[in-house]
Amino acid sequence: MTEKSRNVIEIAHLTKQYGAKTAVNDLNLSIKRGEVFGLLGPNGAGKTTTILMLLGLTEPTEGSALIEGMDCTRNPLEVKSITGYLPDNVGFYSDMTGRQNLRFTGRMNGLSGKALEERIAHLLNRVGMEQAADRKAGTYSKGMRQRLGIADVLMKDPEIIIMDEPTLGIDPEGMRELLTLIRELAQEDGRTILISSHQLHQIQQVCDRVGIFVGGQLIASGTLPELEEQIRRDGSYLLELEVQPCDDRLLGMLRGQEGVLRISKEGNTFLIDAKTDLRASLTRFLGEYGYTVLHLHQRGGDLDEIYRRYFEKAGQSNETNGMEKKKKHGWKYEK
Amino acid sequence: MRQMAWKKRKSMDGSMKNRARVSGMTGLGALYRKELADHLKSKRFLILLILIGSTSFASLYGALTALGSAEDSNFLFLKLYTTSGNSIPSFLSFIALLGPIIGLALGFDAINSERAGGTLNRLVSQPIYRDSIIIGKFLAGTAVIAAIIYTMGTMLGAMGVLVTGLKPSGEEIWRVLIFLTFTVIYVAFWLAVSILFSVVCRHAATSALASIALWIFFAIFMSLVASIIANAMYPINNEYNAMVNSMNHYTLNLGINRLSPYYLYSEAISTIMNPGVRSVNVVTVDQLIGAVSGYLSLGQSVLLVWPHLTGLAALLLVAFGGAYLGFMRQEVRAN
Repeated sequence: MTEKSRNVIEIAHLTKQYGAKTAVNDLNLSIKRGEVFGLLGPNGAGKTTTILMLLGLTEPTEGSALIEGMDCTRNPLEVKSITGYLPDNVGFYSDMTGRQNLRFTGRMNGLSGKALEERIAHLLNRVGMEQAADRKAGTYSKGMRQRLGIADVLMKDPEIIIMDEPTLGIDPEGMRELLTLIRELAQEDGRTILISSHQLHQIQQVCDRVGIFVGGQLIASGTLPELEEQIRRDGSYLLELEVQPCDDRLLGMLRGQEGVLRISKEGNTFLIDAKTDLRASLTRFLGEYGYTVLHLHQRGGDLDEIYRRYFEKAGQSNETNGMEKKKKHGWKYEK
Repeated sequence: MRQMAWKKRKSMDGSMKNRARVSGMTGLGALYRKELADHLKSKRFLILLILIGSTSFASLYGALTALGSAEDSNFLFLKLYTTSGNSIPSFLSFIALLGPIIGLALGFDAINSERAGGTLNRLVSQPIYRDSIIIGKFLAGTAVIAAIIYTMGTMLGAMGVLVTGLKPSGEEIWRVLIFLTFTVIYVAFWLAVSILFSVVCRHAATSALASIALWIFFAIFMSLVASIIANAMYPINNEYNAMVNSMNHYTLNLGINRLSPYYLYSEAISTIMNPGVRSVNVVTVDQLIGAVSGYLSLGQSVLLVWPHLTGLAALLLVAFGGAYLGFMRQEVRAN
């Protein structure tokens, strides 16, 4: 159990500056064994930079990142032998078949002979690519490339898997399979997975914890309910309510309720902005007066809302952020 | 189905857990193998082989037709390589001019195609040292170059022997081997140059153009530049100037020309392949008094071009060092 709770990834005060621009600013994060952690943030928030630092591919300006207690900058070889990285837009040698591509990766990881062929066959089966395995990788679709990418990452049997935007450009069916696979990798194989993404819905389905990363800073992290709670503490409750019949008496009553700040109507739905959780008292009241509740939903439970709110907050607290980001884009394209 | 796959994996886990020990050499070996296989299977290699093969045969044909009228019957075997006839240049001048194209063709997209295809990301996230990527590419390219040059060189000699019935002496064979080794170093220099451009330029087309431009400059324009500078510094346009300046003019012209690897190589191989060449610098009449006209021994010829060999090796190191440094300092981030 102690083994289980140990942190696999430990990031402390990690900072990366490109000239005057700060891509990652004092990042502190620890990820436990077997956990699926989602690093959420808009494009250019510094997610990829963080990942590159974790793999020892970019040197941090300050701070440190440890994987299994090994410093990522000083022992990149050891770190990379237990860490699989699936880059966004993963590429394969187009004039080699899928199988040959995997064989090459296996060789770089010191595999050879029968063990290598067995693992290739096993992984191709696992990602459902046996049929296409002996076709040239140049003919693969985006979804197939992504699946082969996962097989490629698994070639080294990694303890930690880092995925950069894995869901980008995948069709819904492929997405479902991918997410199932990610779950399996974490729950059944006990691998630790770090996913970076700006697509909230997929992350929400698969992650144990998420961190919200804006402008190089981790502005919140925790499980979904924790984030929700955090938002509530400094925000308000937004309740969606749809009842039958929908009359003035109801509106009057709602107005009279303690803690209600604002009521607006969106189609047939009331949107009630309140200071407290109204659900209990409201249900009691509606029951008493014979209203039929068609829809009652506290907003904020889904990541979309959390994400939006955090971005709003980040935007308010950091006006210069936008300018900085523009500059950063300029730098990126220039390269 | 999934359940079964999972079970299979479980049973494999036992053998998988002892992850292969990875050292830096494993990666280099795997990369070298892959690059070599890539080169040998590519159409590019076939085209180069046809190009070099057909020019070799053409030059051999020319040499054979001209050999009959040679006034000097010493070192006839070497004349197979050095004689031009029927307005077909000799093998020596062909290889000096076309040799670079082997190097350029093998290296111009070494790094930037990996970057464009998204495979560089995948490579650097494997447990290999980053420099093994560029070293592996260079070594594989050099191995291919050596294979082409030695094969073509010995084949030319063998065919000449078959057609003419000449019996090469031991010294002649050594001279040919030294000439071919010089050629490998010379072409490897061009490989290093093209890898350097592939690191610097984002697009394969740009780096191909840049390296071809450099090649043409050294092969054609360098001598023009050298004579322009020499004329400006030490004019020999009238009798007086010619008397005073001709020595300096010639020396400066030669010195500038020798900055060009093309000239350096041409001078070296014509010395090696022609034992009658006794000096590569200006010799005054004064110095020639009492000199016995004869051929240089192999050791003396080598001594004469030792500085050339050093110079070529230095150029090779500078070009490869530049590519190496550039690659190591570059950000891996895709786009």
